[in-house]
Amino acid sequence: MTMPTALHTEFEDIAALRLALDQRRVSASELAKSALAAIEASDLNAFLHVDPALTLQEAARADAAIAQGSAGPLTGIPIAHKDAFVTQGWRSTAGSRMLANYTSPFDATVVQRLGQAGAVSLGKLNCDEFAMGSGNENSAFGPVRNPWDTQAVPGGSSGGSAAAVAAGLAMATTGTDTGGSVRQPAALCGVSGIKPTYGTVSRFGIIAFGSSLDQAGPLARSSRDLLALLDPMSGFDERDATSLEYCDSTPNAAGRIRADYEKFQAGCHARDSQPLAGLRIGVPDEFFGPGIAQDVDTTVKAALQVYESLGAQLVRVSLPRTELSIPAYYVIAPAEASTNLSRYDGVRYGHRTATYGDLEEMTGRSRAEGFGAEVQRRILIGTYVLSHGYYDAYYLQAQRVRRLIAEDFQQALKQCDVIMGPVTPTVAKNIGERRDDPKADWLADIFTLGVSLAGLPAMSIPCGFGHSAGTPRPVGLQIIGRYFDEGRLLAIADRFQQVTQWHQHKPGQAEIQGR
Amino acid sequence: MSWEIVIGLETHVQLSTESKIFSGSSTRFGAAPNTQANVVDMALPGSLPVLNQGAVERAIRFGLAVGATIAPRSIFARKNYFYPDLPKNYQISQFEIPVVQGGRVSFFVGEEEKTLQLTRAHLEEDAGKSLHDDFHLPNGAPASGIDLNRTGTPLLEIVTEPDLRSAAEAVAYARKLHSLVMWLGICDGNMQEGSFRVDANVSVRPAGQKEYGTRAEVKNVNSFRFLERAIQYEVRRQIELIEDGGKVVQETRLYDADRDETRSMRSKEDANDYRYFPDPDLPPLVISPQWIEEVRLRMPELPDAQRARFESEYGLSAYDAAQLSADRDVSAYFQQVAGALPSGQAKQAANWVMGELTAALNRDELSVLQAPVPATALAALIARIADGTISNKMAREVFAAMWAGEHGGDADAIIEARGLKQISDTGAIGAMIDDVLAAQPAIVAEYRAGKQKAFNSLVGQIMKAARGKANPQQVNDLLKAKLDA
Amino acid sequence: MSLTETDVARFAKLARIDLPQDKIEQSCTELNDLLHLIERLQSVDTQGVEPMAHPLSAHQDVALRLREDTVTEEGSEARRDALTLNAPALADGLFLVPKVVE
Repeated sequence: MTMPTALHTEFEDIAALRLALDQRRVSASELAKSALAAIEASDLNAFLHVDPALTLQEAARADAAIAQGSAGPLTGIPIAHKDAFVTQGWRSTAGSRMLANYTSPFDATVVQRLGQAGAVSLGKLNCDEFAMGSGNENSAFGPVRNPWDTQAVPGGSSGGSAAAVAAGLAMATTGTDTGGSVRQPAALCGVSGIKPTYGTVSRFGIIAFGSSLDQAGPLARSSRDLLALLDPMSGFDERDATSLEYCDSTPNAAGRIRADYEKFQAGCHARDSQPLAGLRIGVPDEFFGPGIAQDVDTTVKAALQVYESLGAQLVRVSLPRTELSIPAYYVIAPAEASTNLSRYDGVRYGHRTATYGDLEEMTGRSRAEGFGAEVQRRILIGTYVLSHGYYDAYYLQAQRVRRLIAEDFQQALKQCDVIMGPVTPTVAKNIGERRDDPKADWLADIFTLGVSLAGLPAMSIPCGFGHSAGTPRPVGLQIIGRYFDEGRLLAIADRFQQVTQWHQHKPGQAEIQGR
Repeated sequence: MSWEIVIGLETHVQLSTESKIFSGSSTRFGAAPNTQANVVDMALPGSLPVLNQGAVERAIRFGLAVGATIAPRSIFARKNYFYPDLPKNYQISQFEIPVVQGGRVSFFVGEEEKTLQLTRAHLEEDAGKSLHDDFHLPNGAPASGIDLNRTGTPLLEIVTEPDLRSAAEAVAYARKLHSLVMWLGICDGNMQEGSFRVDANVSVRPAGQKEYGTRAEVKNVNSFRFLERAIQYEVRRQIELIEDGGKVVQETRLYDADRDETRSMRSKEDANDYRYFPDPDLPPLVISPQWIEEVRLRMPELPDAQRARFESEYGLSAYDAAQLSADRDVSAYFQQVAGALPSGQAKQAANWVMGELTAALNRDELSVLQAPVPATALAALIARIADGTISNKMAREVFAAMWAGEHGGDADAIIEARGLKQISDTGAIGAMIDDVLAAQPAIVAEYRAGKQKAFNSLVGQIMKAARGKANPQQVNDLLKAKLDA
Repeated sequence: MSLTETDVARFAKLARIDLPQDKIEQSCTELNDLLHLIERLQSVDTQGVEPMAHPLSAHQDVALRLREDTVTEEGSEARRDALTLNAPALADGLFLVPKVVE
């Protein structure tokens, strides 16, 4: 069966598409229509809510702006938003039955800013319920399938966001990363994704999961495309008290990340044959231990060799408390989530049970019916670790360990400029494989959690395929930077993508061996 | 068995900011239901709190006024419990590290001055309201209606040490606190509208016992009178319970004003496990010494300091000084009057403000800010008494005319128009005296015989002849001089 | 540290999630399994270490930014209607819940 392909997939990247739009070789409306058709025909279940009329309205506005010569860098570019972002017009469910019919009266800041930059929204993307999960199997609206192998999970919680990019349904998407939820699905779906430094992108309008961990981040086919979205997404927002006004001494505003990116690139050009000479890449011992699958290990190490060939120097570093990031995260995130989700009581919005007597019954039943199993588990754990008598031993202890983990990263990042390693210990598992073992999911987050606890920026770029599952499944390379390093990270990733073609592979096409 | 009463008060003071503590909605009272609640107040998915500087400033002002420590770094915490008027089902409050720590409030219980130690004062958000009118759910069951207008109004919760020993002390403290927060301009003090809510923690113990008895919390008291009654009832209830062999349960009780009793409240927060933890949406509140200093410089003179100053600077009695420093607007008015007069006349100013002015304000139900006679005009009137133009008695007539707005409220114009000028010319007075002495030989004889009353009669006759306009002092002096000559 | 079914029932009540008995049993098993992972925290020596509530506090002093005391949103019935669009039960602009007895 031939699936309709969206028109935007004929363009290498956003820059090429921008040129075509500005030169009127293609229109925003055409792009939107063809993307919508591809989405309609897709059985990946990546999208939860599509409203062609709304999308075409945005596309028409984009075309008008282009005609007037007032197009911005993203005008007409078809994107989609994870359902964890609230949007006017489209429903916002966070992948939960609790919010199955919820329409927000306001847009998330990220949605507003990308809209103001002219991007056209194709709809809302499926995700793990309230962003809790690593396989998009915890959605109340069915799992998302991995475009590389529809038996496989796409990763989570931003599974829909990653699958949509990989399958060519959207040019780029937004996701949220709390413990790896942008990086990990990006890795498992063979696309690029970035989680910026905590506080650089507004959380206003993100349906909250772990407040001290949540960060919005884009997913796209290349580092350059990530930059095209991240820069306008970022910047101080007065509606978010954790939003930073300054990144060290530079104002946190659109333009900062691009400026850092270009500065780094300019530095590279001066050393053409060894563009990354002088770059020290830290390779943590703990990221290449017994838990990592052979195919992932090999593929990631091959990627590191590519970096060496560009002039970078590999340096052994240690992140001794890597394993402790699991218990620390799984105390802090559920604790914060348990209270963030208290507002879902069936009083002002959200699911209200059909029959009830008193108030307590109404609330108790609505929440039992509205929340899925993983969400309920995490709420109960969160309640436990905050409860009287346990707060010190669990919550406070976890926050202290968190500081130690952050200090470990600081130490390591004194010996190197960036840290690199795998994103996940294995390639994508099959859908249903982990159903009866919630612990396994948690353990697989080992390489991504520490970064979230520390608030550091990190990205994932495709670096090859693993064959342990029989079919080729993508492997991602994680690149971790110092605070506010997102521009540099994107440039370092771009350097890799200039000499390799992993990011250009598309599911269904013949695999390009070795590159 | 003699019992000791132990009371600690927790007062929720609604701060007089324009907007709410964590959102930009208005705090105005009385709007239509849910028209003053935005996405943050309604806790819609994706909403986040941002702290209002005005709430912090008012907390600092309070802390300075009671000599407390202002925490350089304080933390907002989530207090978790489910209730429909609390949309997030947690309240953003402060737990381990509140913004104000310690402090003292002095007040009078009768003649005796007491000082009460405060434990702390912290910032938190108010909840909404439940209305229990005749609502019904779609299935026909009776319903309550939730209005979130009040949600997010800033509160300063002020907690005292459990050092109050009687209902009278508790009420005296509460009244002083009430006038203080209004004085500082941090709260409008409107108890009917819920701006100032006092909860009492009440326990009893056998006199001499060191350990505290179990306490019950009494809520829903919206006047000082009810506060006193509620505490008295609760004390009696606890003593009777214990004397009957029972045990006081730690619980929350609501005061029922109609029945004058306290009733156990169906528990809002069953397990009472609030699971406090620092709110990750709000980094630590840092208050610099510079900010505290700025607030200190802008502080009004505090009532206790002002009372002392009135005594020393104006020579007022302790009672007069206390009266005039109880209300900031009255005090300002009085100081303006006194300031416009030469020194030494503060006492007259005090008498007129506490006397004629207050009587007229009460009669017409006006606040001092609405007084039709401005302070400068009253000062001018008092000056006319001092300079002998009119007598005190005449001045009251003039004041009434000024109040009514005659002749644009101008004292001199009124005096002129009504011909109220005192006769102070010694010649003229002397002539009047001579006339009366000549006409009343019998009374003169009585005076000469030693009857002091006769003197007053003569004065009366002279004043009558002068139609009340003779300068009484001069009449007295001249009459005496003539009689004794 | 092992959770009992009583513990789980208590947490479910605190969190207002109605769990029938069989679910409580199941949850208890699942949670205890997950808690094994968390137990590892206990053995870490964190003497003298400040808890980290805000991630950037490793890098800089994080202080709360304050907003001016101004009304930025005038309410209205129209706005109220937009914000209460998703309410399950509404009357005269009020959210309706089963009658609360105090």
